[in-house]
Amino acid sequence: MSTLTNLTLKIWRQDGPTGQGRFESHQIPEISDEASFLELLDILNERLIEEGKEAIVFDHDCREGICGTCSLMIDGQAHGPSKGAATCQIHMRTFNSGDEIVVEPWRAAAFPVIKDLMVDRAPLDRIIEAGGYITAPTGGAPDANLIPIPKPVADASMDAAACIGCGACVAACPNGAASLFTSAKLAHLNLLPQGQAERYKRAEAMVEKMDEYFGSCTNHGECQAACPKEISIDNIAIMNIDYLKSKFKNRKLLDR
Amino acid sequence: MTINLDSKIPDGPLADKWQNFIANEKLVNPANKRKFKIIVVGTGLAGASAAATLGELGYQVEAFTFHDSPRRAHSIAAQGGINAAKNYQGDGDSVHRLFYDTIKGGDFRAREANVHRLAEVSVDIIDQMVAQGVPFAREYGGLLDNRSFGGAQVSRTFYARGQTGQQLLIGAYQQLARQIGLGNVKLWNRMEMVDVVNIDGRCAGIVTRDLMTGEFSSHSAHAVVLATGGYGNVFYLSTNAMACNVTGAWRAHRRGAAFANPCYTQIHPTCIPQADDFQSKLTLMSESLRNDGRIWVPKNPDETRRADQVPEDERDYYLERIYPSFGNLAPRDVSSRAAKRMVDAGQGVGPLKNGVYLDFAEAIDRLGEDTIRERYGNLFDMYERITGENPYEVPMRIYPASHYTMGGLWVDYELMTTIPGLYCAGEANFSDHGANRLGASALMQGLSDGYFVLPYTISQYLSEWLNKPIPDTSHEQFAKVQAEATDRFKGYMAIGGTRGPDHFHRELGKIIWDYCGMDRNATGLEKALSEIPALHEEFKTDLKVTGSDTNVNQTLEKAGRVDDFFELGMLMCKDALNREESCGGHFRSEHQTDEGEALRNDDDFAYVSAWEWSGDMANPIEHKEQLEYEVVHFQTRSYK
Repeated sequence: MSTLTNLTLKIWRQDGPTGQGRFESHQIPEISDEASFLELLDILNERLIEEGKEAIVFDHDCREGICGTCSLMIDGQAHGPSKGAATCQIHMRTFNSGDEIVVEPWRAAAFPVIKDLMVDRAPLDRIIEAGGYITAPTGGAPDANLIPIPKPVADASMDAAACIGCGACVAACPNGAASLFTSAKLAHLNLLPQGQAERYKRAEAMVEKMDEYFGSCTNHGECQAACPKEISIDNIAIMNIDYLKSKFKNRKLLDR
Repeated sequence: MTINLDSKIPDGPLADKWQNFIANEKLVNPANKRKFKIIVVGTGLAGASAAATLGELGYQVEAFTFHDSPRRAHSIAAQGGINAAKNYQGDGDSVHRLFYDTIKGGDFRAREANVHRLAEVSVDIIDQMVAQGVPFAREYGGLLDNRSFGGAQVSRTFYARGQTGQQLLIGAYQQLARQIGLGNVKLWNRMEMVDVVNIDGRCAGIVTRDLMTGEFSSHSAHAVVLATGGYGNVFYLSTNAMACNVTGAWRAHRRGAAFANPCYTQIHPTCIPQADDFQSKLTLMSESLRNDGRIWVPKNPDETRRADQVPEDERDYYLERIYPSFGNLAPRDVSSRAAKRMVDAGQGVGPLKNGVYLDFAEAIDRLGEDTIRERYGNLFDMYERITGENPYEVPMRIYPASHYTMGGLWVDYELMTTIPGLYCAGEANFSDHGANRLGASALMQGLSDGYFVLPYTISQYLSEWLNKPIPDTSHEQFAKVQAEATDRFKGYMAIGGTRGPDHFHRELGKIIWDYCGMDRNATGLEKALSEIPALHEEFKTDLKVTGSDTNVNQTLEKAGRVDDFFELGMLMCKDALNREESCGGHFRSEHQTDEGEALRNDDDFAYVSAWEWSGDMANPIEHKEQLEYEVVHFQTRSYK
């Protein structure tokens, strides 16, 4: 265990969605390298409160990288410098004494800033509501082992289903596209036998809902690099094929 | 409101009770369902599955979450799996066996009829989740895989890698999202329930605070379902998410809902120890690690050498020594207490001497690093990310932490609290786990309540209200409760003291952990009962909340939750003091066997304590529901 000294945090502050934002600098004389990055913000906030100032608003909850609530651009990178980790999994040992760390909210047209570092990611929910489900009302399900699913198929579906819905892919994308998020959900459901009945309807509905809010994908691949769950952009190819097919032929033929 | 602990257990032999209930319950016909409005608070496994299913049935549903999205609830963090009596492995499992294991695991302090129903519907949950697209682990032949878990002799746990909670919650969330998209469920996100409104002896609705604007509003309904989770964060440090709180259940308690068994809290043995004073939460490491890791501490409390330099004969493999037949796989409560004794005796390891070693050196020698990586790679990576230490080279350090709360709002067989029309589901109620919960049973209970119990039982109550007027939010009682809530939050803003809410939460957590944690005794509990009110007074005069109350203010949100934790903490200690026995997660050091094991007192304490709010947190009123066992017989748990 050692201590980092003399850190400077340059943090984005914004009073509300329509407010003018600004950077605010805070000195951190010392911090244990065992602290997580969000604990650093906690400590700073306690200090601000005791000084009579308003605490910095940021989204966070589980602090173990699974709920997808936390966000933050740290030094221009979505979820900070560590690969395959969410902001809440970043520890101070990743940084060095004397560093200046720039902290900003997700920057995307579809994610307006609510306050300081908190943004509104509700459009991601709208995409799921448009078709990111299998219609299976409670009570009518057949026995779970009735339809065998080959292990590689179940595994591939699980790889896509690991998405935590944090929005880092959108924040990292120069176009503010949500293709990685949308395609991960489509791959999760469209790969499974249970998902076949609504496959093309789902692809069409989700992609078109996505296009109402988000920019277009131009294959930069930044999303995959930023994803805390390392979801593959191969899913975007699956999405594009299914979307194309949904438009390509008469749906009655496709659903056969 | 008078407390009536009628558990409404249906007639008939235990195995037929649930079917008898279904056969005789009152229904609401499909065309009439849309006349009823139901509020569901919380969108974890229990809340999301209840809201989705009630929406599918045709009720008007309004779902409230204080998160930005329903998918964030802490159910998502469950790692291990979900139990179900499918007997897919042909290893002798059955509904009866799951029922029995759960009752025994709960140390004979759960209600028999509820637990049997849980075991019955467990099989439907798996069918339902697979149909919804949950990618459970599978065998190469394509059939579902199972693993075994503590407290059972069969393999009945279904899992999706180490992310079962995530996959199940996303499954339930997707069903909810479908209903929201169809307009059957209205979603209120970033809205926190701050009070319950009762009119003429029934629950008439809730009061909420909009976390974006600070605005208070009232919402009326025919019935309200609270699925607001457990209260493990009363300890400040726990494996719960940062926002988990008791406010939903506690506010209902203050309005007349009995709170049952608050002292039943579960401490999980394998968490990463606290690293420093400002640590915000603890992280769980799956219990499965104990299959290959050996737990030890140095015999010499002043040991300064690195772990790998401590010779074998200077190590104390205390679990293997004390519990030779179960060894490192002793149950959660037993292992946790043993670790605490070692650390209390000064034999703890790590910079703060607050952990014990979980050592894989022998397993790596025996099986090779590749096998260990295959089995536990993701957990080892997680450990290294948090601690900066490589567990392939140095032993992990672990220590117990608060993880789950078995206590909660008292509910009858139909999941109704003591307030008519107010239901409680999931971890927030007390119903199925008795004094201790078995691994992989929390997900089962949340989904059982939401998918397969509430949708049946709620019509029993609603059918009485068909075509009868209910008060809307213009009723004076709504205005009164809303004004009280508004004043409460204005009060926090106005104190103008010197410390933020986190300071008080941390101090409260220390008291509760020290005196009402893993090992409790009368002297300590009495001390807690005098220290908590003193700290609460300090909170009321020295709290400082900055910012505005008409805008996002996370400090203010926290202040309200900490205030409720104080009162709950008092009740926990009171309940723990009253229960003069040791059972499950509740260990009173005065009540132990000569060998230091929990000593139950079935003659005097085979009851559920259900507490009534008296208006004074120091003097709650106790009511008792005697537990009658028709099928199981009391026995002592032994793991030696």
